[in-house]
Amino acid sequence: MDTDYVAEILKGSPRAISRVISWLENDDPRASGCMEKIYPHTGRAYILGITGSPGSGKSSLTDKLTQKLRSQGLTVGIVAVDPTSPFTGGAILGDRVRMGDIAMDPGVFIRSMATRGYLGGLAQATSNAVKILDAAGKDIILIETVGVGQDEVDIIRIADTVCLVLVPGLGDVIQSMKAGVMEIADVYVINKSDRPGADQLCAEVTHRVAQDVEIRARQWPPPVVQTVATENEGIDEMADAIQAHRSYLEQSNRLIDKRRERTRDETLQMIHYELFRAIKAYLSRDHRMDQLVSDIMERRENPYRLMHRMLKNYLRLPESDISLNAD
Amino acid sequence: MAEKKIKMIVAKPGLDGHDRGAKLLSRIFAEAGMEVIYTGLRQTPEMIVAAAVQEDADVVGLSSLSGVHNYFFPRVVELLREKQMNDVLVVGGGIIPKEDIPGLKQAGVAEIFGPGTNTETIVNFIKENVRK
Amino acid sequence: MFDKNELEKIGQARQNWEDKTLKKTLDKQGEQKKAFTSISGTTIERLYTPLDVSGLNYVECLGFPGTYPFTRGVQPTMYRGRYWTMRQYAGFGSAKETNARYRYLLDQGQTGLSVAFQLPTQAGYDSDHALSMGEVGKVGVAVDSIEDMRVLFGGIPLGKVTTSMTINAPAPVLLGMYLALAEEQGVPWDKVGGTIQNDVLKEIICRGQYIFPPKPTMRLTVDLIEFCQKQVPRWNSISISGYHIRESGSTAAQEMAFTLADGIAYTQACVERGMDVDAFAGRLSFFFNAFTNVCEEVAKFRAARRCWARIMKDRFKAKDARSMMLRYHVQTGGVTLTAQQPMNNIVRVALQTYAAALGGCQSLHTNSYDEALCLPTQEAVTVALRTQQVVAEESGATDTVDPLAGSYYVEALTDQIEADIEAYIKKIDSMGGTLTAIEQGYIQKEIQNSAYRFQKEIESGERINVGQNKYIMEEPPLTNLLKVNMQQGEIETEKLKKLRAGRDQGAWKSALDNLREVSGTSENVMPAVIRAVKAKATVGEICDVWRGVFGEYRPKEYI
Repeated sequence: MDTDYVAEILKGSPRAISRVISWLENDDPRASGCMEKIYPHTGRAYILGITGSPGSGKSSLTDKLTQKLRSQGLTVGIVAVDPTSPFTGGAILGDRVRMGDIAMDPGVFIRSMATRGYLGGLAQATSNAVKILDAAGKDIILIETVGVGQDEVDIIRIADTVCLVLVPGLGDVIQSMKAGVMEIADVYVINKSDRPGADQLCAEVTHRVAQDVEIRARQWPPPVVQTVATENEGIDEMADAIQAHRSYLEQSNRLIDKRRERTRDETLQMIHYELFRAIKAYLSRDHRMDQLVSDIMERRENPYRLMHRMLKNYLRLPESDISLNAD
Repeated sequence: MAEKKIKMIVAKPGLDGHDRGAKLLSRIFAEAGMEVIYTGLRQTPEMIVAAAVQEDADVVGLSSLSGVHNYFFPRVVELLREKQMNDVLVVGGGIIPKEDIPGLKQAGVAEIFGPGTNTETIVNFIKENVRK
Repeated sequence: MFDKNELEKIGQARQNWEDKTLKKTLDKQGEQKKAFTSISGTTIERLYTPLDVSGLNYVECLGFPGTYPFTRGVQPTMYRGRYWTMRQYAGFGSAKETNARYRYLLDQGQTGLSVAFQLPTQAGYDSDHALSMGEVGKVGVAVDSIEDMRVLFGGIPLGKVTTSMTINAPAPVLLGMYLALAEEQGVPWDKVGGTIQNDVLKEIICRGQYIFPPKPTMRLTVDLIEFCQKQVPRWNSISISGYHIRESGSTAAQEMAFTLADGIAYTQACVERGMDVDAFAGRLSFFFNAFTNVCEEVAKFRAARRCWARIMKDRFKAKDARSMMLRYHVQTGGVTLTAQQPMNNIVRVALQTYAAALGGCQSLHTNSYDEALCLPTQEAVTVALRTQQVVAEESGATDTVDPLAGSYYVEALTDQIEADIEAYIKKIDSMGGTLTAIEQGYIQKEIQNSAYRFQKEIESGERINVGQNKYIMEEPPLTNLLKVNMQQGEIETEKLKKLRAGRDQGAWKSALDNLREVSGTSENVMPAVIRAVKAKATVGEICDVWRGVFGEYRPKEYI
């Protein structure tokens, strides 16, 4: 008899969780049926994002924070994302190394994930993997992103609380961060605070937060906590800061708003992705696309008119919603 | 469907700290397009198998230079079977006397690669024998 | 070393040779390779002449043996006075079996002992711990308590032999046992001599036998150094090790650079503890590898001696010449041994031994030819020891001090390796010191990149390992390998059960409580450790106390 993956996931079976996540990663058609069925069981878990520059100690923090959450009786799912090499297509997923203490805990599920070319600091399958862990009953889901610094800020679309990890001694961290990265944090974590320059970095971040017009306008002033993950220092404070943010979101109804926005984004994105996939599949059949490309190359057709025609013919949308009028 | 990547766990069972080979091979497997989960040192068979389950690994590679292969390698295979992960390819390497190899293979280890093995040989073996 | 006129003349003659003689030969027949590189990847020139060492100031850079900067050796007469200590690293199975091997080696003319502890002991676990499963007695001897230590050194007078112990994170415990045992034998601590590896940084870099996070583990290291300086003056309180760095794939220059960088970190930590540099630096010892490329190895040793002398003098303002001496043990290169055609390893080890002797080591371990397959058999160990004796007694390497000095090639290589070492140390300084460089994975990544390059060279056939990627043949497997009793774990577990039942529970508990308390302060832990081992506390129990106080370490792995 075939395994009923949905039922197994809802029971929390690691084998089923991990297999369906693989289907998601591989775009296996079996995944979407599962996702449909588990969706009603999602929305319970609280989702935490841990992000920060490479070498800032995200995995150690994830490890220690998970231990803390476990001591509070919460179950934890972890999705740790590492980059795929654009040259070889392979990846080294090394985050488990620092999570040895929790690896054998049945209340913890750790999944490593390679970006496989997906930009934004996460993998394509990350948000769906989170839903699976949610449906499997994990209370808290931690997402460890690939190192940020530039544009890897997609975590704010998925996480309820984002922790941005900074460390002293990696140069002028704040200056080197692009506009928009500093702003993603709900909690700033200065890790490796036993290093020289930690207090200064802490002061700089606090100052920046106080000065930033956009951050200042928020109702939640993001706190700055100091940790030394390897020595298990400051983890309680970090957990408290996260809990405070969660309470704020819940009490102010911001959590509902946030999740509503997320649901909207996600739904649109799914439609976009599936529509693109379907149209591409349709056009790829019988070399239709090759023919169209030849027509466009030889200027018998143009891409604008083609796009318009595609939308008109294959989507039953009111004419007024189709914005381009190439005819 | 996206291209299926080979997911491989590279693990150092036991207390042995010699990880030059394990790390070098991790790098070479990644260069061959695999997704390599390196578990680090001091792994018990239970930890290795938990990782294999959670990561849905296709391959588990074990490296031992401290003479504990006869205990650890078969135990990993046994635990994988307990978890219904019979189709996971288990390979091993390190300081392993030739006379131990038949016993390890009988226990379910697919292949043992000794010192001086060309890394390409190992990559090819995995690609040919991994579950499709 | 040459005046300007002389150099000019040599330059002209060289040009002449290149244009006439050399060109003719090259036109007729090219060389085997476009570029010749050493095993470390250093480009080796066709010919070295005085032009390559024109900047060498004899008195400043080479000097005389036994004097600063010690390039030519740390003693004035070197092996004319006394050979290096022949010290074979050994240990397997039970303390009793290992004791028999020690007595055999001493009977065969070995002059010092070197203890290989089993991995559980090195990782601070008792033989009955879950993580010790399958490991007991495998790569070293099982020592859980002072009772095992007593058996291990049974019939061996601790006042007469010197002992080296490869034990790092739990070093205070094993030294504590050794000192308690010396006391039992009636040997005062100031007559006890030996070396303890006690080098935790390289465990994090490459060897993997770490237990505690960097800060507390460094504190234990410094506690031990400080204690020895006051109470065990003949003891080398640390052996700062590059051996494993090289085994992990580093180049010769990286081996020296990263080891000296570790040395700087330890010295700095001792100075910060308030110790006078000249009070302890003379007891800092080192441990290096010897590969088969003789000249490169010799140059590496000479360069490192010069660098360390300068570091101690300039950076740490040492005054005592002894503080500036790089004294070291050598082990021949384990990774150079092949599992294929294992008898060839005897030749490799002989060349490596020769390199160590020409390089001026203070003690030496030679590997056995079967070690790519298993722990060495007695027969193989004997050949290894005899190899040292042949080099010492027959090769002539011991007849004069620093025989290769003045070779244009070796001097040029020495200068180059020295420059490489200095560049690394500068880089590490700029990162904020050794600990930061380790934490950021810089040192690990440099080593791995070298290992990777080497592997690629082997696989492309650019670099040859005889019997492995050239001159391959079918051969029957080597038989008669050393087998360790698979039941050793059960035997040791049984012993531990008896020990735990039979000891004075009150004394044991109060000793561990005392250790816990002391460990939480900044007081030196050694007296509390010695009290605990005398109360029959085990390695695992003591390390568990520290795990509670300090936490456990799990480093980031850099690939």
